[in-house]
Amino acid sequence: MDVTFQTVMSQLMLGLNNGAFYAVLSLGLAVIFGLLNIINFAHGALYMLGAFVALLGYTELGPLLGMPEFHLNYWAALIVAPLVVGGIGIILERTMLRRLYRVDHLYGLLLTFGVALIFQGIFTNYFNVSGTPYDGKPELLNGVVNLGFMMFPTYRLWSIVVSLTICFGTWFMIERTRLGSYLRAGTENPHLVQAFGINVPLMVTLTYGYGVGLAAFAGVVAAPIYSVSPVMGAEMIITVFAVVVIGGMGSIMGAIVTGLALGMVEGLTKVIYPPASSTVIFFMMVLVLLVKPAGLFGKEQ
Amino acid sequence: MNVMLRKALAGMLIGVLASTPALAAPAKGISDNVVKIGVLTDMSGVYSAIGGKGTLTAVEMAVADFGGTVLGKPIQVVSADHQNKADIASTKAREWFDTGKVDMVTGLLNSACALAVQKIGADKKRITMNTGAGSTDLTNKDCTPYGIHYAYDNYALANVAGSAIVSHGGKSWYFITADYAFGHSLEKNTSNFVQKLGGKVVGSVRHPLSTADFSSYLLQAQSSGAKVIGLANAGGDFTNAVKQAREFGIVQKGQTIAGMLVFDTDVKSLGLNTAQGMQFASGFYWDRDKASRDWSKRFYAKHKAMPTMDQAGAYSATMNYLKAIKAAGTDDPDAVMAKLRSMNISDFFAVNGKIRADGRMVHDMYLMEVKKPSESKGEWDILKIIKTVPGDQAFMPLSESVCSQVKK
Repeated sequence: MDVTFQTVMSQLMLGLNNGAFYAVLSLGLAVIFGLLNIINFAHGALYMLGAFVALLGYTELGPLLGMPEFHLNYWAALIVAPLVVGGIGIILERTMLRRLYRVDHLYGLLLTFGVALIFQGIFTNYFNVSGTPYDGKPELLNGVVNLGFMMFPTYRLWSIVVSLTICFGTWFMIERTRLGSYLRAGTENPHLVQAFGINVPLMVTLTYGYGVGLAAFAGVVAAPIYSVSPVMGAEMIITVFAVVVIGGMGSIMGAIVTGLALGMVEGLTKVIYPPASSTVIFFMMVLVLLVKPAGLFGKEQ
Repeated sequence: MNVMLRKALAGMLIGVLASTPALAAPAKGISDNVVKIGVLTDMSGVYSAIGGKGTLTAVEMAVADFGGTVLGKPIQVVSADHQNKADIASTKAREWFDTGKVDMVTGLLNSACALAVQKIGADKKRITMNTGAGSTDLTNKDCTPYGIHYAYDNYALANVAGSAIVSHGGKSWYFITADYAFGHSLEKNTSNFVQKLGGKVVGSVRHPLSTADFSSYLLQAQSSGAKVIGLANAGGDFTNAVKQAREFGIVQKGQTIAGMLVFDTDVKSLGLNTAQGMQFASGFYWDRDKASRDWSKRFYAKHKAMPTMDQAGAYSATMNYLKAIKAAGTDDPDAVMAKLRSMNISDFFAVNGKIRADGRMVHDMYLMEVKKPSESKGEWDILKIIKTVPGDQAFMPLSESVCSQVKK
């Protein structure tokens, strides 16, 4: 296939689209790792859960409430799903993760991995593994936009814009606001911050809730593009972890920039040498770790 | 030592000696006093809706319907998840054959796993009845005396569906292919038919198994200008590709999407709105006749979904395997294989079925079309049979097979 300007540009757009998902997901992981020191392997499952809240809200909620005409529409799902899943996250943090802060990272990883398998197993039992279509995509976002070099589906354009907005909003909140500085200080020295009258445990709980809420948000945005399937998170999580490692564990900006960049690298690989597209990210990971063991944006400890 | 004890010891010794020949040559009867059937398939991944627990349910139904025992010995079913990895499938199969007393393995959805397990089966002299995988290598260069390819294969799919599409004007093809044994074989088989009928293949792109985003590949297919985009993949990969093709307006701009291997569950997952009018080949549809409907409804009651060709095939394979054991009077693999080859296989699954020397179970295949939403009368009323292709025309003729078991 000829690699023309047009094909390169369209693949870059598609890469940006995937990269935006990587960015939102790895951002959540980075926030959780940076502030809680937990490697949250349940992130993929919570992303899947977000998509299912949107799907079930659209198809099942109405009949369940005795109002068959009622659908939880897409816009509402964008807010409800992160709240519901964030709530589940908060319960997880309060009842289980809290006990693991003082022990090795490995315990948190094992616990969250187990939680992920449980969620995935439950949903596999009740839903089609090859995916259920989400029909709640709003009229407004149907159709295609002419970008000059390609016709790009409106919905995908929307998903890029909304994901980037969320990413940079989160970055701004953590790096540039007073709340963010409390958070960062709380992780550096919880006792001192607590002495200033700030409720650190509550802050940590809410941070975890926010991080997994981001995953659920990505799940809702992904639902109309991919089929909603119990394994959608498992397929995504490994790549997203590679993104976090490349960006530097815990670095917010690192997660965002690396997510977008790797999406585009992957997109280009799909034109130049398709068989390598599933491994190119891990190849990059090896290269980066050889040169900068703390990741591109990470600080040596 | 007193006399009593000495006599008793001598008696035991004689007893052991006398029974040894019987142990050494169990020509008749059931080995290990149990007939054990292993269901090895994708239980959790991209193909688990096609096979998965449904295949296990079907095999358990067959055992229950057979009565739970054969020749007075119990029948047991074990299952495992091969996770679409050939090495995991091989390890499990070896364990089953070496220490698990497993006599026959069925399911084997995923060609890479199927090829590995069929080979191990042959080394250990155990029967494999493959209902899930598609690669034609199973009955050609990798055929074995103990391997049966039961439900369908890529040759028949390409022959029945590919030919129908080419003869309706789909002369130029571009393939989006799953990058492993199954996809390669399906692409090759379909290309052969396309070229034989005067069409041409303008290009292809390969994607890793279990891909979420097909847009890059679809854009490449779109810019190739081919009339038909052939999807040589299956399950979740197939449904994602079709959904995204619609999103990019590929069908609306005049290109046809042709799924080369489509299961009922995939159509269900796409919805009739998206899938309507699509044509593909299948070896089974639940709503074919009274027998298939009756069985499928029983299956539905247990599994909450209608059976796919793989699941229905696993029931039929298990049932006929047990019948062959009963008829042969033993579970000795050679005797059972001989019986299976001589039997006519006719049930709710297979019409005019016959197992050939290369291990291919030849039976009628169907050209299916997805119904329009207005034609569908129920949740699972999704397909119609357009054409029935007799087995000897659908499958590769024995004369073309390169299987070493075929005497020419």
